[in-house]
Amino acid sequence: MAILNTKKVVKRFGGLTAVDDLDLEVKEKSIHSVIGPNGAGKTTFFNCITGFYTPESGDIVLDGESLVGLQPDQITRKGIARTYQNIRLFSNLTAIENVLVGLHPHLKSNLVGAIFRTRGTRKEEEESLIEARRLLQYVGLAGRGDYVAKNLAYGDQRRLEVARALASRPKLLLLDEPAAGMNPRESEALMAFIRRLRDDLGITIVLIEHQMRVVMGISETITVLDYGAKIAEGTPKQIQNDPKVIEAYLGQGSVGEAARTM
Amino acid sequence: MPRVKRAGGVRARTWWQDAIRYGLVGGIAGLQLSLVGMVTTFSNRYIVGDILTLSQAMLAAVALISGYAAARKTHTHSRQMVLAAGALAGLVTGAMLGLLVIVGSLVNLRNVFVNASPELYDLITFGLPTYVGALARTMVSALLGAIAAGTFLLPALPRRIVIQSAVAVVLVGLMADLLRVTIAQWGSISSAFQWLFSGRGLSIAGTIAVIAIVVLGNIYRVRRPATAVKTLQTTRQRQVQIGLIVVILLALPFVMGSYLSEVASQVGLYILMALGLNIVVGFAGLLDLGYVAFFAIGAYTVGILTSPELGFFNMSWWAAMPFAILVAVLFGVFLGVPVLRLRGDYLAIVTLGFGEIVRILVLSDWLKPMIGGSQGIQRIARPTVGGFVFDDPQKLYYLLLLGCVLAAFIAIRLRDSRIGRSWMAVREDEDVAQAMGINLIATKLLAFATGAAFAGLSGAIFAAKLSAAYPNSFNFLVSINVLAIVIVGGMGSIPGVVLGALAMVGLPELLREFAEYRLMVYGAVLVVMMLFRPEGLLPAPIIKRELHETSAPPEPEPEQPTPVTAETAQ
Repeated sequence: MAILNTKKVVKRFGGLTAVDDLDLEVKEKSIHSVIGPNGAGKTTFFNCITGFYTPESGDIVLDGESLVGLQPDQITRKGIARTYQNIRLFSNLTAIENVLVGLHPHLKSNLVGAIFRTRGTRKEEEESLIEARRLLQYVGLAGRGDYVAKNLAYGDQRRLEVARALASRPKLLLLDEPAAGMNPRESEALMAFIRRLRDDLGITIVLIEHQMRVVMGISETITVLDYGAKIAEGTPKQIQNDPKVIEAYLGQGSVGEAARTM
Repeated sequence: MPRVKRAGGVRARTWWQDAIRYGLVGGIAGLQLSLVGMVTTFSNRYIVGDILTLSQAMLAAVALISGYAAARKTHTHSRQMVLAAGALAGLVTGAMLGLLVIVGSLVNLRNVFVNASPELYDLITFGLPTYVGALARTMVSALLGAIAAGTFLLPALPRRIVIQSAVAVVLVGLMADLLRVTIAQWGSISSAFQWLFSGRGLSIAGTIAVIAIVVLGNIYRVRRPATAVKTLQTTRQRQVQIGLIVVILLALPFVMGSYLSEVASQVGLYILMALGLNIVVGFAGLLDLGYVAFFAIGAYTVGILTSPELGFFNMSWWAAMPFAILVAVLFGVFLGVPVLRLRGDYLAIVTLGFGEIVRILVLSDWLKPMIGGSQGIQRIARPTVGGFVFDDPQKLYYLLLLGCVLAAFIAIRLRDSRIGRSWMAVREDEDVAQAMGINLIATKLLAFATGAAFAGLSGAIFAAKLSAAYPNSFNFLVSINVLAIVIVGGMGSIPGVVLGALAMVGLPELLREFAEYRLMVYGAVLVVMMLFRPEGLLPAPIIKRELHETSAPPEPEPEQPTPVTAETAQ
């Protein structure tokens, strides 16, 4: 069953069509990759799903509910969370505060509760602290909650971003180049981690990625974009042998050669 | 041997080059102080009676500071070299002052610099003949530079004591007259303190007493166990500490007398406003340059509701005060809605415009029948409790104290809540905050509204204090002052805001005699602060929450997955 469905989504910037008539179907609890050359419209597509851009036309449906026209915070409450290509943590807050902000949609305390620190608010704060610690532990940052986010190592910042995204308890997690800047060993660990997210938590994962080892290694379905349009879709095997994909990546005339090396 | 070069081909400066640089900076500062006339103006202003005038203190200070700065810059070198660097920096500073005197004796500088008077030259040369005096100033400055460098070389504790003593003696000495007048009001016990003061400034015994207090304070701080017994200390000792602070705060108006209470109430008004602006700027990161508008709205609302002169409502102050806050909040939201999409500079400009609109509306003929135009509103009701009327600064102090404590309490509670976290998230990265499920509209409006409420309360008390409201009390400079308090105190830090208000509002009030040079000093202090301590006097600490709980070493990879799905996490 599809959890996310986009139908004929179009996003233009002036004369440039960044996303062009894009249909995408993401199966529930699958790991789905979106790849394509630089400037193919992958991140723009993510921004359309999460509500930062409103598509010119088309529909985006999560679990039978249309997301078009909703604000980003409303979409997060519907169950979509994301990470960013260039890490965007709240850099002057501590790691645990970053995760606590992620828990925001699930907390209810209001102005009065906060000022008088009512029993309900106190309980909620204690529980969210426990949950935030658990999430930090889950991504491998146990004991580093008091670090200011900007002082964490690069890899830890990436993990923290995932923990913050998980805090909103998403059904669908969008990862924008999670393996950027990682060496092969770290990529390997990342792949195991992404699989565990899906297997343990039942979260559907859509990722944008350039490292082909990662893409081919964990994806169940791959969608290839070029100039905003879908040019191919299928299993890693099918994509590897698709002449249109090779052409998009390497240019015309290199089809034969590339097919042998890929 | 090839010359040692740094990457990029820039040669490292040697110690004497650094020393000369700082000496030149110190010299320029000294010339500036001399030529604007500060040195001559205060030649009869004694800090320590018959020994140290403010003029000499200023001339010494530039040498001391340049020597200290040079020592700090060259701290990697040997002790002798650090001392030499300090002396050299002081020497250069002194030489520049000496040079001024020599040039002044040959050329008439007064055509350009009105203050380059013989009087000034006498102060620089210690009254000696030109060349001998210039040399003496150079040598004394070199000695002072070396002393400053020597201070820098001391271990941390004695160094702190020396620096704090020097600052304390100057500050207390400057306020000596004020203190003496204040103490004179205490009646019979006041004579017990007379030995602290000479006719002009502190007496020698008084100076020693000030230094002794600094030394004892530092020793007490060192002797007190730092962390080990802290948990035991928290209950009993903290109660005592808090009790002591409460008693001091309550007794203060009696101790201070009416003039100092007036200053304190001025500071209180600014603390209240700064606590509000701290929420808007410090927590939520929304730069508001028209904050005075809410202060004005609070004051005018109370005026309209209570003044019998206008005769609209004739309410009591207590009945009008909640309306003042409410109206300020409404205007906060009213301003907030159109600027929700604006960020940074754009927001600053719009709020600046808003502040001006309010001021001009208040002045306008159009609203004159309602709020009195440039004449303002008179006979605003004063708050009363039973038969007790808050009609002078000593009594209003308590009202302000109550207001500030309440505002600080609310600010702290909000900061530590989910609301405070969402403000900080918006400050850090608005887009990501929204992607985390934070409703930007509600979050920003709440910040504007809370900030406006505090300013509205401050305005209401201000109206009661003057028993009137005039448009010219609400000019742009108030907004800038409050913003400066927040920034100098430490953005987002509540104790910082209080200290900032004391430093930026209290000190200038106490040092009235500097009125002529006040804005110059104010500007210089802001520049120096932002260069050397941009985080403010008391920056907000990072709240430690996690290390107290988990002692587990950080693991490279999690092994025991904890399910946190939507179903189980609740």
